[in-house]
Amino acid sequence: MQPKAALPFSATMRPIINTLQAPLLAVLGAVLIGGLIMLITGHNPLEAYWAMLEGAVLGQNLSSTLSRAAPIVGMGLTAAVAFRAGFFNLGGEGQLVLGGLTTALVAIYVPLPAPLLMLVAFLAAALVAGLYAWLAAFFQFRFNVPLLISTLLLNYPARFFASYLTTHPFRDVPSGMAQTYMVPAAVNLPPLSQDGRLHAGIFITLGLALLAAFVINRTVVGYEMRMAGLNANFVRYGGVDLRRLGYRVMFASGAMAGIVGAIEVLGVHQRYIDDALTSPLYAWVGLMTALLSGSNPLGVLVAGLFFSAVQTGGFALERATEVPRELSRVLQALIILLVAARQRFHFGDGGAEESKE
Amino acid sequence: MTEFLNIFDATLLNSTFRFVTPILLAALGGLICERVGVFNIALEGLMLTGAFAAVVGSYYAGSAVGGVLAAALAGAALAAIFALFAITLRGDMIVLGIALNLLAAGLTVFLLRTIFGVKGAFQDPSIQGLGKIDLPGLEALPILGPLLSGHSWLIYLSWLLVLGMQLLLFRHALGLRMRGVGEHPEAAATLGVNVTALRYLAVLLSGALCGLAGAQLSLGNVTLFVENMSAGRGWIAVVAVMFGQAHPLGVFAASLLFGLADSIGFRLQGLQMPSQFTGMVPYVVTLVSLFIVEAQRRRRRRVAA
Repeated sequence: MQPKAALPFSATMRPIINTLQAPLLAVLGAVLIGGLIMLITGHNPLEAYWAMLEGAVLGQNLSSTLSRAAPIVGMGLTAAVAFRAGFFNLGGEGQLVLGGLTTALVAIYVPLPAPLLMLVAFLAAALVAGLYAWLAAFFQFRFNVPLLISTLLLNYPARFFASYLTTHPFRDVPSGMAQTYMVPAAVNLPPLSQDGRLHAGIFITLGLALLAAFVINRTVVGYEMRMAGLNANFVRYGGVDLRRLGYRVMFASGAMAGIVGAIEVLGVHQRYIDDALTSPLYAWVGLMTALLSGSNPLGVLVAGLFFSAVQTGGFALERATEVPRELSRVLQALIILLVAARQRFHFGDGGAEESKE
Repeated sequence: MTEFLNIFDATLLNSTFRFVTPILLAALGGLICERVGVFNIALEGLMLTGAFAAVVGSYYAGSAVGGVLAAALAGAALAAIFALFAITLRGDMIVLGIALNLLAAGLTVFLLRTIFGVKGAFQDPSIQGLGKIDLPGLEALPILGPLLSGHSWLIYLSWLLVLGMQLLLFRHALGLRMRGVGEHPEAAATLGVNVTALRYLAVLLSGALCGLAGAQLSLGNVTLFVENMSAGRGWIAVVAVMFGQAHPLGVFAASLLFGLADSIGFRLQGLQMPSQFTGMVPYVVTLVSLFIVEAQRRRRRRVAA
């Protein structure tokens, strides 16, 4: 009879290697394919990748990577929270935009003292964005419109509407640009670094990731979510009202996106600028981090940092060489493509979206 | 209000086809994938790729035909990647579709910068557009004439493709086998049908069709490429497939509707309505159409019960 001994190293490492091998291989593959693309278009891949690496972590660039990671992780959480329960929220972009706009408008036009106003702005952003996501859930449960489609289609009216408000009624006309007036200084999130790139929003995002991880793994509703994502029928037989779960999950997902918008507006821009939240493609990169990490909030944190590094590296790449920064987008998409090929995703059989009438 | 009604004239209906055709072609691609049981939501990315390739092809070949061929080939090539990952490697089709859309978006911008050295949009006199064909015989017809004449040859081709797809799916053995694969792949396999090959064929065809859709976008009316030119039309095409129940004629009707919405939105801009509201029109109409489909379905069930 063997005495109870500590597990050998290989036994503890194996599960970690198993979960990491697919993403790591995908990254390797993407790097190779990206290198090939660069060779074909006449660039030096080694030089390029080295520039990207330096551009992501060297000195000041690190704070850029970190500050860009916040919205990416936040939007990753948005997608992950929904995916985990088997619901497709592809409407992150629209929710983000509405959240950011609400934040700016509340902060500028609502007469309240500063600290309270910041809180109210955040809550308003979460509410508006959450409701917009809730709307898509409503279309699903009431009209059988697949979430995949409705969330995606709803992106466009939201973006258009925000664009309209920023270019017409609430426009900062003297500035000559499509943006709102500046948010009163006191309402903004405090900066953490000299150049103002790092701000307290990073901690909020971190907190949200931890909160999401806690809720998903340690609470009853998180259990329902996870089970709904794995097998909707199982949850139905267990007596969970999938509709209510769906509404709550979608609202939470949208609210998350709204908070990300609020962080960006109050932490980075100090106003709402038309297109500022959509052109960096935060919602889509965030979605990719959720896919890459299997909708695990802590995994989203890691993947988000990584993708942010890729993106920041991309900017530096363009400055240092002639390679366009969009290479980072290509790399990110290639990684997801390669990851998706190796495993069937378990974030839901989609059955959670159907409901018995 | 009368101003609004004024936009409903012959030119509106004629120009509508310019908006209909990209959606229609992409939807035909989506429909054939649906028929073989492949859920292809990469229509958006494939269309965008086609739009870019069309401009590249037209620029370097000096002809619109070159552009269209390039678009079809590029679409098929990208679709081949999707087919490989989705069919052979059995990846999750939804994730792959999303990844492919993102890849196309990134790659087109990357190549735009690398090949032409510009950002945002590429325009050049060397790009040959599709041109219009006026059919004087057809034009003479009383009401339909002006509606049916004066389109690009790609638009006319799209109508033929609708008929072709209808014939293929419902009158040809290959189409029968494809439908069988979609409805019950195991049964089809036991009958000796090569399920994989047919699925690959469908996906490659859809890639080519979406490529053509993109070519109509970038060479049809305007002759330029703008970043993210497809602007969600691939997704509207996905809805058109749902709305048309994966039936070529149904999909044609759906595409007409959505194209009309797009066209109306475009014309409304002339009435000093902010472009943001007019831009919303096709997406809102698409959503509303889904509600109507569901309402119809329920009414039919209630009647049947």
